Amino acid sequence: MSETNLDRRDFLTKSSIGLAGLAIAPGMLLFDMAHARPLGEAASNKVRWGMLIDNNKCETGCNDCVTACNTENGLSGGTKPTDSQWIRKVQLKDTFTGRVSSLPMMCQHCENPPCVDVCPTQASFKRADGIVLVDKHICIGCRYCVMACPYQARSFVHEVLHDQKPEVPRGKGTVESCTLCVHRIDKGDTTACAEACTKAGHKAILFGDLNDPESEISKRIRTVTSTQIRADLGLNTGVRYEGI
Amino acid sequence: MASSAFSRNESRYFYALVALGLFVVLLGYLGMHAMEEHGHIITGMNNQIVWGIPHVFAIFMIVAASGVLNIGSIGTVFGKVPYKARAPMSGLLAIALLSGGLAVLMLDLGRPDRIIVAATYFNPTSVFAWNIFLYSGFFTLAAIYIWTMMEKRINPWSKPVGFLMFAWRVLLTSGTGLIFAFLVVRQAYASALLPPMFIVLSFAWGLAVFLIVQSAMYTWNGRGLDPAILKRMKNLLGVFIISSLYLVATYHLTNLYFAKQTGFEHFILRDGGIYPTIFWAGYVLLGSLLPLALIYFPGMGNTKAVVSASLLVILGSFALLYVFIIGGQAYPLSIFPGYEVSSSFGDGQIGKYIPSLPEILLGFGGLAIAFLITIVSTRVLKSLPLDVAVVTPKNDA
Repeated sequence: MSETNLDRRDFLTKSSIGLAGLAIAPGMLLFDMAHARPLGEAASNKVRWGMLIDNNKCETGCNDCVTACNTENGLSGGTKPTDSQWIRKVQLKDTFTGRVSSLPMMCQHCENPPCVDVCPTQASFKRADGIVLVDKHICIGCRYCVMACPYQARSFVHEVLHDQKPEVPRGKGTVESCTLCVHRIDKGDTTACAEACTKAGHKAILFGDLNDPESEISKRIRTVTSTQIRADLGLNTGVRYEGI
Repeated sequence: MASSAFSRNESRYFYALVALGLFVVLLGYLGMHAMEEHGHIITGMNNQIVWGIPHVFAIFMIVAASGVLNIGSIGTVFGKVPYKARAPMSGLLAIALLSGGLAVLMLDLGRPDRIIVAATYFNPTSVFAWNIFLYSGFFTLAAIYIWTMMEKRINPWSKPVGFLMFAWRVLLTSGTGLIFAFLVVRQAYASALLPPMFIVLSFAWGLAVFLIVQSAMYTWNGRGLDPAILKRMKNLLGVFIISSLYLVATYHLTNLYFAKQTGFEHFILRDGGIYPTIFWAGYVLLGSLLPLALIYFPGMGNTKAVVSASLLVILGSFALLYVFIIGGQAYPLSIFPGYEVSSSFGDGQIGKYIPSLPEILLGFGGLAIAFLITIVSTRVLKSLPLDVAVVTPKNDA
């Protein structure tokens, strides 16, 4: 009897460790993949965050990435011309062939961002890991960056905001755009849009480190044809598209 | 009789004008305050048309500021005597217009309270940041320029300072043109022609402002302008209007030649609703051809005709800037050439903009600041141009 009990205990112990391991492992793996930085350590240019968006997998009519972005960043979700939209679905129709498709459009996190060049106060800046951000404390709201952005990715906060998310600072009279969910990335997580797209089963948005040759995104852009939108501008975008 | 009654009450009229100017400044303040309180939601501006009517006012004043200084430069740098007498007034007007323009530009910011940040965080790659430097230099130089002309002991310095001022104003207007010329993705703007175009436009706009102010001052003081000088100045305005038309035409014609730009040009010149109307009727017809007729048509060219022509040139400048700034943004960005696009964020659609009262008030508030500085400084500093051999007791009007 007692021997049996010991076996049972042993089995429970070992299986719970195994289960715990199974539960933690993907997280640990993600943590490793995403190179989460310890708190207090500066972002490094060894990493370049980016996304690969597969136009063929992006379903027309699905808006999950947009909804997830709005929820994550505390945006109203309104679509008036004065509302902020950090990510939007663009419907495309080839004027020659008539092919119809759609894709999500957001800040392309350029290596040579025009918004950073034109900003008079350096409020628009590029972090060492390639994320283009706006420093809410020094943006004077001149909107020159909105004029300069080739992707219409920036929004100006036209009115007083309420119920903001503490981890996503925003402010009336300043400019804002997709932060590549920097608050999540710094914790080793993926972006809200990529997560929502995967959850919806489309897996059209692949997020990762473009500088790591072993990352999934790097492997993929080595094997498939990907394009940068308005590649002619020579901006070397961090967001790339497949299938357009 | 009438003129003696005027001189008795001259001071009253002056204070009435000051009060009028202050009232418009107050209205401008109320407009700005409402925008500050509620945000830009109460303006017509949005995420597609991010610069609106305040920028039309501001850029007019900034460009005209450097243009009006041209009068001084023709005297100081190029040695033309009649213009030398006008140099102090041109300097004062330049300061007045730049003050008004910058006030509007700054008060339209999303966070005007942070304007000091523009001085403490300087981005060397930003033409906006260069302009902050160019504007402050312009103020300083214009003040020194006026000082060298008004203070006899340092008169010899007026020539070198005038030279520097001339170079500076060319740079300043180039900087204004470059704000747009550097916008590589905007079909309306990315053109190296814009800095020289703005410089030539500044000549016309600045001279138009100068002619109006000069005429008002002469009338105010019961004096007449020497017809020979009037003829010189109106002919110069004619040349500037023609040069402006030439550069604006060149800008549109070169664009029309590039297949990727024809959509935009058709929009601005033909299909874009109010924008082609404002361009052809406002800028070309009323703002250029009619003034040219008033200047050159036989029997025209008297003071009234020249002042009317100048007012029309200013009207035309607002028309041109409205089409250039707002029409230029209304046309959608070409993000996916070869595709028809649509989205919830205005992709592929013509942007909509209707200016609201607060932003219009802000613009007029800026003009009122320029007006106030002009009337107060010209009175205090006695900058009325006095031509040496004036014999005509009354003007030729």
